[in-house]
Amino acid sequence: MSAFVLRHGLVMGEGTSDLGDLLVVDGRIAEVGTRVDAPAGAHEVDASGCWIGPGFVDLHTHLREPGHEEAESIESGALAAAAGGFTAVVAMPNTEPALDNVALVSYVLDRGDRTAIDVAVAGAITQGRRGEFLAPMAEIAALGVRLFTDDGIGVQDPSLMRRALTYAKPLGVRLAQHCEDESLAAGGSMNEGAISSRLGLVGRPALAEELMVLRDIELVRLTGGAVHFLHLSTARSVAMVVAARREGLAVTCEVAPHHFTLDETACEGFDPLFKVHPPLRTADDVAALRAALRGGLIDAVATDHAPHAPELKDLPFDEAPAGMLGLEHAAALTYEALGAADADPQTFFDLLSRGPARVAQLRPNDERLRHSGHGGALRVGDDANLVVFDPQVRWNARRDALHGRSTNTPYDGRELFGKVRATLAKGHLVVDEGELV
Amino acid sequence: MTDSIRGKNLLSLNGLSRDAIVEVLDAAESFVEVNQRTVKKVPALKGRVVASLFFEESTRTRLSFETAAKRLSADVLSLAVASSSVKKGESLRDTISTIDALGIDAVVMRHQSSGAALQVSRYVPHVRVINAGDGLHQHPTQGLLDAFTVRQVLAERNATTGLESGSELFEGLHVLIVGDIRHSRVARSDIAAYVALGCEVRVAAPGTLLPTDVENWPVTVVSDFDEALEWADVVGLLRLQRERGTGSFVPSLGEFTATYGLTLERSKHLRPSTLIMHPGPMNRGVEIDSRVADLPAAVIERQVTNGVPIRMAVLYLTVAGSQQERQS
Repeated sequence: MSAFVLRHGLVMGEGTSDLGDLLVVDGRIAEVGTRVDAPAGAHEVDASGCWIGPGFVDLHTHLREPGHEEAESIESGALAAAAGGFTAVVAMPNTEPALDNVALVSYVLDRGDRTAIDVAVAGAITQGRRGEFLAPMAEIAALGVRLFTDDGIGVQDPSLMRRALTYAKPLGVRLAQHCEDESLAAGGSMNEGAISSRLGLVGRPALAEELMVLRDIELVRLTGGAVHFLHLSTARSVAMVVAARREGLAVTCEVAPHHFTLDETACEGFDPLFKVHPPLRTADDVAALRAALRGGLIDAVATDHAPHAPELKDLPFDEAPAGMLGLEHAAALTYEALGAADADPQTFFDLLSRGPARVAQLRPNDERLRHSGHGGALRVGDDANLVVFDPQVRWNARRDALHGRSTNTPYDGRELFGKVRATLAKGHLVVDEGELV
Repeated sequence: MTDSIRGKNLLSLNGLSRDAIVEVLDAAESFVEVNQRTVKKVPALKGRVVASLFFEESTRTRLSFETAAKRLSADVLSLAVASSSVKKGESLRDTISTIDALGIDAVVMRHQSSGAALQVSRYVPHVRVINAGDGLHQHPTQGLLDAFTVRQVLAERNATTGLESGSELFEGLHVLIVGDIRHSRVARSDIAAYVALGCEVRVAAPGTLLPTDVENWPVTVVSDFDEALEWADVVGLLRLQRERGTGSFVPSLGEFTATYGLTLERSKHLRPSTLIMHPGPMNRGVEIDSRVADLPAAVIERQVTNGVPIRMAVLYLTVAGSQQERQS
């Protein structure tokens, strides 16, 4: 028997929160109450002053395996995730080769099973992510895959996207889109505007994203399919998705921490650490995303954790690959965006756990799934995927204190508010007292 | 605002004050005379080492910089990228570190990527970095030599000298810049220089070759090119950057020439005194008619000649300036 007891924390049920203890026995929540008697030998976690909630779920993690193990592996990415309080991640399929068939998806799922957390997989929509022919979505869905995306690039051809939606609909899976019209984005390397123009960098206009958001909303209307919008970065993108959701269309959306904490001015020093697609936008967009987060208009915060080898992030700005790390700082940055000391803990867990678990269909106690349940209401009998978050800790992000294989964080030196104290995943204590066990 | 480039890097003309620019022009004035001597050499940078790192093809800028360095008695390390380790995949950081390990005081750098010179300046903070053109971003010495050429010609006409006139001759001067502004690092540097010196700057180009945010630029977009030619005291033409894919921004070179080329016909709108400038290399018959390029008002060769004293001034101020500051 393994037993853990989390003491004196604010325990987050769905819509309720009570100060008390939570007991985990053999991987499941055994008891929740003001004062729980722990069995002999139970490991005690002091959660006083902390929030005890469902473990975070990242809808958007680039684990780089297979193909770019120099930047990250399934194992190293899982450790970084656990350090950031994540108990499940969705591995993106833009590996080399792309995750577009049963063998490759199974490989990642099997490797994921051996890590400390749950690793779900998003399959590719098209073969090789080339945007030409559909990938075998039905076969891949039979492995339990619930999300499909060509992320890194959107499906450019509207006719193919329409076909993909129609094909995916009866499979009960959701297509996730990286919205950027690559023709309008013109191979650019930062947001198009006064700054890109002054720096002599080709810009990726906001419209490149917004046009595809608009297109896909209309394709959802046409096909009755479901789309999850990845890393929305502009005020208008969010407004369009919110309006579509109000109309009853099956659309969900995520925003990434870098899009609600950094703006395009970060590119002024030509440091490729700040290069990402979609690009960092204007201060007005940042403010709009933060307001949308606080207003409950966003389904999930998702990291778009994108490790890159240091020599690649040392290239000239226009030649460097896009993407930055996210897993280890996402919770603190979300807490900050929600108003830090004024942050509503329920909104916090909606964004980092319940919302993404719903989109990824990693619901608690679902026997059909290969994975344990995430994003639950901490009921007795639920799988114990939990996080203890201390909202009172102030700390500084440091690139040399990360747990993955890469160090391309844009936050080195930034003061952060709130830190993960403990992560329990798949019934094991993976992080204790803020450190990986 | 930066008030002097002494002892600093020269990466961009944005943010340089009028004083900082005039200081360079004045320093160049004193080097003009050196270039007219039989023995064209001064010992200002004797014992100093200037590396010239051209990642992008260039003949005139490279020769101009290397000549400038040699006339200041500096030793020049010249890296021919085409036959170097860069071709074997060496990174910018390793290339600059290797050259730095040989002991250098300054690096003159051209690169096809915007911002590359700034990135290099972070790798070798103890070395002065002079941007000889980075992507679409900046070409500071071109902006300076263009301003220098304008001042020199106007000063001669006004029977004064560049040194005496300071920035006076630029005040309210009508400068028209024509052509591919959007993809031009020369335009970005020229505009920064002319505006800082007090000129009124207008630009003429097809809509697709204007910057997307031209309304934020300190310039006016002209609607009637012929009228603007009558208005101008200085016309600065730009190279149509065919090698950067500019081709697809206009329907054809012929249409560009017909609408924004300085044809012989159109040159009749110019006043005889109006200076015609071009940073080179020219596409004769595209942005400028051959016969116009050879008019007396065309000072294109003079721009090339002035490249040397301007680059001597820049090397002198950035490299020797740092030592003076250290000593004082």
